[in-house]
Amino acid sequence: MKQLLAFIRKEFYHVFRDKRTLLILFGLPVVQIVLFGFALSSEVKNIGITVLDNAHDNNSEQIIYRIKTSSYFLLRDPVLSFRDIEEKFKDGSIKCAIIFPPDFGGALSHFGKAQVQIITDGSDPNTATILVNYLTAIISNYQQQMKPAPQLSYQIIPQIRQLYNVEQNGSLNFVPGVIALIFMIVCTALTSVSVVREKEMGTMEILLVSPLKPILILIAKAIPYLVLSIVNFIVIMALSAYLLNVHTRGSLPLIFGESIIFIITCLSLGLLISNVTNSQQIAMLISLMGMMLPTILFTGFMFPIENMPWIFQAISHVIPSSYYYIIIKAVMLKGLGFSYIWKETLILTGMAVFLLTIALKNFKIRLS
Amino acid sequence: MKNNVNNKAIICEKLTKQFGDFKAVDQISFDVNQGEIFGFLGANGAGKTTAMRMLCGLSFPTSGKASVAGFDVYRQQEKIKASIGYMSQKFSLYENLTVSENIEFYGGVYGLSRSEIKTRGEEMISKLGLGNEAKKLVGELPLGWKQKLSFSVAIFHKPKIVFLDEPTGGVDPLTRRQFWDLIYEAASNGITVFVTTHYMDEAEYCNRISVMVDGRVEALDSPANLKNNYNTHSMDEVFYQLARRARRTGD
Repeated sequence: MKQLLAFIRKEFYHVFRDKRTLLILFGLPVVQIVLFGFALSSEVKNIGITVLDNAHDNNSEQIIYRIKTSSYFLLRDPVLSFRDIEEKFKDGSIKCAIIFPPDFGGALSHFGKAQVQIITDGSDPNTATILVNYLTAIISNYQQQMKPAPQLSYQIIPQIRQLYNVEQNGSLNFVPGVIALIFMIVCTALTSVSVVREKEMGTMEILLVSPLKPILILIAKAIPYLVLSIVNFIVIMALSAYLLNVHTRGSLPLIFGESIIFIITCLSLGLLISNVTNSQQIAMLISLMGMMLPTILFTGFMFPIENMPWIFQAISHVIPSSYYYIIIKAVMLKGLGFSYIWKETLILTGMAVFLLTIALKNFKIRLS
Repeated sequence: MKNNVNNKAIICEKLTKQFGDFKAVDQISFDVNQGEIFGFLGANGAGKTTAMRMLCGLSFPTSGKASVAGFDVYRQQEKIKASIGYMSQKFSLYENLTVSENIEFYGGVYGLSRSEIKTRGEEMISKLGLGNEAKKLVGELPLGWKQKLSFSVAIFHKPKIVFLDEPTGGVDPLTRRQFWDLIYEAASNGITVFVTTHYMDEAEYCNRISVMVDGRVEALDSPANLKNNYNTHSMDEVFYQLARRARRTGD
């Protein structure tokens, strides 16, 4: 026990004296949360739009006014020709343009029918689709107000309600993913690097010759990162609650417990990586490319897994973080209890035990 | 030394380590007396490191017998580890820990009590003249001091035997001399010193030396006797005559 404590104290010295480690440990979560919460938002807001108004009548100006006052669009200076529109698309100041033909209002009042052209920047198809939807909504809204639709004899009115995220907060989806990502980096990368560093520096030899049991070396390596990950977890939860307004619906102890299982999985991965390489760079590379990238790609928090080819779907089934992501999403965002996630918990626990066993076994084999 | 009738620190009998067809260590036999400074020489690839790893309890021999500090290398590796000290050719302290933190860590790893660590640590720091540097990071010390500190840490828990694997690589001759003063002091305190080196002047400092060639111990005697036997005045020449026979190439 005394040996273990001496070792753990040493590990903490290492962590707190290495600026790079500290930066990854505490800078990364904050940066990630802020990045994913604000900058990488998938919501469409303040999009540049311009208007070519050849009509200049009451109707066209009313519509323009509605566009201007909506928070989705940022109305740029009006233009006088198609050529100007093209220029603005090219320099990137607008992603969308709306063109009223001459006699827009006249056609509307005489024939009850008028056309308006919407041009969008198709290089970003998702945004373009959303913009078209917004504009169509604004126009039809105006149209309704002008002349309420005659009562049809029967009407189907869809009542839409988005469960679990009524405010349509885009950060919601990211937070569980970011938590998984950060554990992957902190536990996997930092643990593997800290073990490999001892090999690189030659101190591992000294430790192996000492009466310390090999398993104690690994435990002592893992415990500081376990503790720091828990601290990190608390920081992320606080940040997401107060900064991104993502509040936990489910039970906090449950999330906490599940997180510990996932942290242990990541730590074991880190120890496994440290068994296969003797260079810090390679350890870092494997951790980042081999662990972090799949977490981003295959857990479903950036790209929906359902749309992927079967091979990628299969990969997502062997990645621990995808189970953790499902669990956290269920508990944190939907407020579900353990009875809904026991299957994922079981798989994750199985993975943790499996990886930890291999890591410990390998470490012993390497000795003799 | 209950188990050790002959007062031998190390006993090897036909110790062998085989990797596939390759006999890295081929039936070596030798004894090391307690308190002796035993030089373990050999060209690169001769099998020194492999032999040393077996004696330190890091790997199991393929065949043969050996005991270190009275403990069997097959069955009592843990006890061996507790009674030896080790210093490698790679520098073996933590650079981003201070001098005292390194001492505390190794003391803790070897299970010394807090008070023992404190008194012995202070004693050691004052002996090495590092009083002003105790709170400095080891990385900031000059190499010679690091090496001396490293050795002192290796014998901090008062082991019966200390293994030194090319301890003075890259150090200037003056510091090497001072380093050997520490070794002599340790030996006079009853610690057996088992040292590998490529410096022949250092070989001369040893009580006895063995020369390994192609996994076998080809010569074993005091430096003076060896020079006599090989009819020369320098250890360099002895080593050269022996190493020349090697058929393996260095690593």
